[in-house]
Amino acid sequence: MSSLAHLIDDFPILGREINGHRLAYLDSAATTQKPTSVIKAISDYYENTNANVHRGAHTLAHEATVAYEAGRAKVADFIGAASPNEIVFTRGTSAAINLIAYGWGLRRLTPGDRIVITLQEHHSNIVPWQLIADLTGAELAYLELNDDYTVDTSMLEKVIDDRTKIVGISGMSNVTGAIGPVADVTAAARAVGAIVVMDGAQSVPHTSTAITELDVDFLAFSAHKMLGPTGIGALWGKPELLEEMSPVEGGGEMITDVGLYESRWAPVPHKFEAGTPAIAQAVGWGAAVDYLSKIGMDEVRRHEVEITKYALERMAEIPDLTVYGPTDLDKRGGAVSFELGDIHAHDLATILDEEGVAVRAGHHCAKPLMRYLEVPATARASFYIYTIEEDIDQMVKALWNARKLFGLD
Amino acid sequence: MGNATSAEALVQRSRKKAPMALDELYREVILDHYRNPRRKGTLDGDHIHAEGQNPSCGDEFSLDLRIEEGAVTDAAIQGIGCSISQASGSMMAEALVGKSLDEVAEMTSLFKQMMGIDEGDNPVDPDRPGSVLGDLEALQGVRKFPVRVKCADLPWTTLENALQSVEAATG
Repeated sequence: MSSLAHLIDDFPILGREINGHRLAYLDSAATTQKPTSVIKAISDYYENTNANVHRGAHTLAHEATVAYEAGRAKVADFIGAASPNEIVFTRGTSAAINLIAYGWGLRRLTPGDRIVITLQEHHSNIVPWQLIADLTGAELAYLELNDDYTVDTSMLEKVIDDRTKIVGISGMSNVTGAIGPVADVTAAARAVGAIVVMDGAQSVPHTSTAITELDVDFLAFSAHKMLGPTGIGALWGKPELLEEMSPVEGGGEMITDVGLYESRWAPVPHKFEAGTPAIAQAVGWGAAVDYLSKIGMDEVRRHEVEITKYALERMAEIPDLTVYGPTDLDKRGGAVSFELGDIHAHDLATILDEEGVAVRAGHHCAKPLMRYLEVPATARASFYIYTIEEDIDQMVKALWNARKLFGLD
Repeated sequence: MGNATSAEALVQRSRKKAPMALDELYREVILDHYRNPRRKGTLDGDHIHAEGQNPSCGDEFSLDLRIEEGAVTDAAIQGIGCSISQASGSMMAEALVGKSLDEVAEMTSLFKQMMGIDEGDNPVDPDRPGSVLGDLEALQGVRKFPVRVKCADLPWTTLENALQSVEAATG
């Protein structure tokens, strides 16, 4: 039994029954469940503190501002940022990457420039670059994958050439679980003066992030994949880059002065946060960060390696089951994509759901990767701190039942 | 019934769904059509063509129909997706050939009622299985899996799109 098993009681939803079975929630790469401390932080905020931030002179407005900015400071600390001002709150990872694309890329890319991303990217680190390439005349190039599903770094210097201005790399694939070669890619980008945009949606929740050691230029990540609420994420950026970046959305909160024909921007990060921000969500995210920090991210990673090892072993017992992802536990996180014989992933998901097992099925917002793997869809089981061996056992039992229903035995 | 009430009713219904036998969903005939789709391929010569997909899950379906003198005289399908969407398409293609366009419209309507997509009671007669929609009645188990109804419906929405192009042409 895992040393983190006692955490289950902190997650009320894990007590639910689904279709007459205990819930085995194996869809944490899509969104994580929330501990009581996060749920309570949000309801406490609404019950006791709620007001709009930054302008009010009354007590609640002041307290709400302090609570919101405390959330920012906690998130900054969590990734080892030097200052809370390096954290721009966004709607999530997608919005953060779009902000870089439009705030930095749109004004700097010219025809012939190159944007390099990898085949393991989520649509949120592909589509914004397609849009910007289309607007600027820049071209998009891809780093491909090795046979073990990790990003192939043998072609780095060839693909990241001297025309390259932006390199996008995910810290961890949401499909294969493969850990991205961020250090190698960053070194290659540095050699040609390109900036590095890291999609940390999967890596930040599951591994320890030391942003100064990573040496990337931008990092995008989301609260809801790390025990926090939906509707908020962050863009971390190097201060000088955030400084020179243009705002993309105009409105309230993001100005110091507004004239009839032009305005002056508020300092970073507020110049990127037009309109009333997601205040309660920032408070909830702060509570999530507190919860994770108390466990320690090294312990989170250790637990996930352990549970992933167990899952891969148990799944290997099932005939005709193919896993799409690295087998080396050092090269992967806890998202396991798989196929079972000729049973389509959606049929698998339905069969598993009837036994209380929640897995994802489909293209996982990574269609270029799915085409590369030559599969239309996979099922995906993904783990977090509250995942225990019993969840895996429940899934494995349901997978045997799927074999029976489809006459594979 | 107001929107709020019906939304709440939906939530209650989704929580109270009785555990049901999966073998009602994955019947032999469905798996057979999934693994050996009938009328797989494309048509040469004069025909109409339509494609459909469910972007949320990636299922794809394409349909070629030959229509002569107000009736379907040939049909061919291609697709990628789950057993429900592909079996539904295969059974639909089989059922289409030889039917007049009026009969096709009637069948489509009955199918959608059986699936709970269109208003109306389930037209299938439990005492006489196969009497209303033939093999297609094997799909009625899908009705109890609300997230999968759109899978069964994909070929039928594709069919409707195809026939709309006929209506537009004949105006």
